[in-house]
Amino acid sequence: MKKYLFLLLLLCSPLLVAQDLFMVRTQLSFPEAMTVLQEAIGNHAYKVSRVQRVDIGLTESGYATDRYRVVFFGDIDELNLLSEQYPELVPYFPMKIAIFAEGDETILLASSFAHLRPNYASGSLQSRFDKWENDIRQILDEVRTAD
Amino acid sequence: MFMQCLKLLIPGVILASGGFALAAPASDGDTLYQQNCAVCHGAHGDGGVGVPLNLPDFLAVASDDYLRKTLHEGRPGRVMPAFPALDEQAVDAIIGHIRSWSEKPAPVYSDQALQGNAEHGSTLFATHCAACHGVHGQGGAGTGVTFSRPRESPVMAPALNNPGFQHSVSDAMLKATLLAGREGTPMPAVGSLGLNDQDANDLVAWIRELKVEDERPARGALDPIIQFESSYSLEETLENLKQAVVGRNFRIIRVQYFQEGLTSEGEEDPARVMLYFCNFSFLDEALAIDPRVGLFLPCRITLVDTGHGVQVMTINPKNLSRLFNNAELDKACQEMHDIYAEIMEDATL
Repeated sequence: MKKYLFLLLLLCSPLLVAQDLFMVRTQLSFPEAMTVLQEAIGNHAYKVSRVQRVDIGLTESGYATDRYRVVFFGDIDELNLLSEQYPELVPYFPMKIAIFAEGDETILLASSFAHLRPNYASGSLQSRFDKWENDIRQILDEVRTAD
Repeated sequence: MFMQCLKLLIPGVILASGGFALAAPASDGDTLYQQNCAVCHGAHGDGGVGVPLNLPDFLAVASDDYLRKTLHEGRPGRVMPAFPALDEQAVDAIIGHIRSWSEKPAPVYSDQALQGNAEHGSTLFATHCAACHGVHGQGGAGTGVTFSRPRESPVMAPALNNPGFQHSVSDAMLKATLLAGREGTPMPAVGSLGLNDQDANDLVAWIRELKVEDERPARGALDPIIQFESSYSLEETLENLKQAVVGRNFRIIRVQYFQEGLTSEGEEDPARVMLYFCNFSFLDEALAIDPRVGLFLPCRITLVDTGHGVQVMTINPKNLSRLFNNAELDKACQEMHDIYAEIMEDATL
């Protein structure tokens, strides 16, 4: 049975890892999308560690921009384990989702781990990458489909 | 038993894909468009990170074959990705949805090459086209149109030398575009410039001469991080970094523990620290190149005291940039890579 399940997951995996960037557009306004995003992150057992207000820094420096934030999030146990096993990957964490207004709508994006996978082809990290990518997809989709 | 498990698992896996490629029935062009295209091109094709698709002049001259090849091959180095996971049925459904924005039927063109004088076309191109499309046909800067920040042009001029474009467009479609122009963009009909039918053929002949090579490195060929080892203590290294950062016209945003915000205050590991900094002029330029650069923000260097020394690390922007399919961004990330390396080297020597 395990063999069949593994085969099934292997067959489905191109669907799950084919994209380099995960991007969604939501018809929610920026403040609404921000609220739903932070809730969705919590729903997946992650904690928001910080929200970087990119637009504030830009406008204070005299550059025009619509609202633009970067939301950092993670799981403390996962990060501690990661920094013990793969300390060189610490700069990529906590994970982040960029969120910016485009007119009345909002765009959110996050990166996959496609750029890191080739460097860890034989390690147990691949399944961890799968898990994180799947979580990110679901978080983004929760925002995309929210009313 | 196995089939029962399949029935239970398959919907879950599709759901887990989060509504991305192939999650909808191929017959539902609208849904497939919303899942795969709308994030960049807008829900109604008005554009965004991607160029607008619902322009009447574009739909009047774009053949189904052009749209099909564009979906298959994308535009290497110009943001638009290829969609290899979409099968023919899904591609046709998306094209059908895009066609629903126009009452005109899809044009069909001959594959035959047009006969033109490329040398004369080169002169015409330099005079009438290069200002928007670039001297080498490399296209305008930035991405599509955008509604998130001020832009110099209402729409990015396409890269005519892009291999994805060159392979997707027929000579006849190129000529039809030149003759019709594109209302709603700066692209005029060549007739309004005093050019005739043969001039259009000559321009097509020259555009076919425009070529670019994809020089991006293969996946896995780049280091994921930039790393230096410091011979100073963590505190000394941090101060050195701050001086090096400020010395390169960056502003320090904050210093925080790696675990800050994820664990209770006071329980963070003081041996892992992050320095955040930014140069807003550089950031503004980067956002003009690609509004998705938030995934690089803010500039950050992480310091880890291992007990045997201090490791100074940051992401390799060149490695992350490859996810964006944007050759312009690759160049900016090369610059950022070099700045990171200089700062870290200064701080650790």
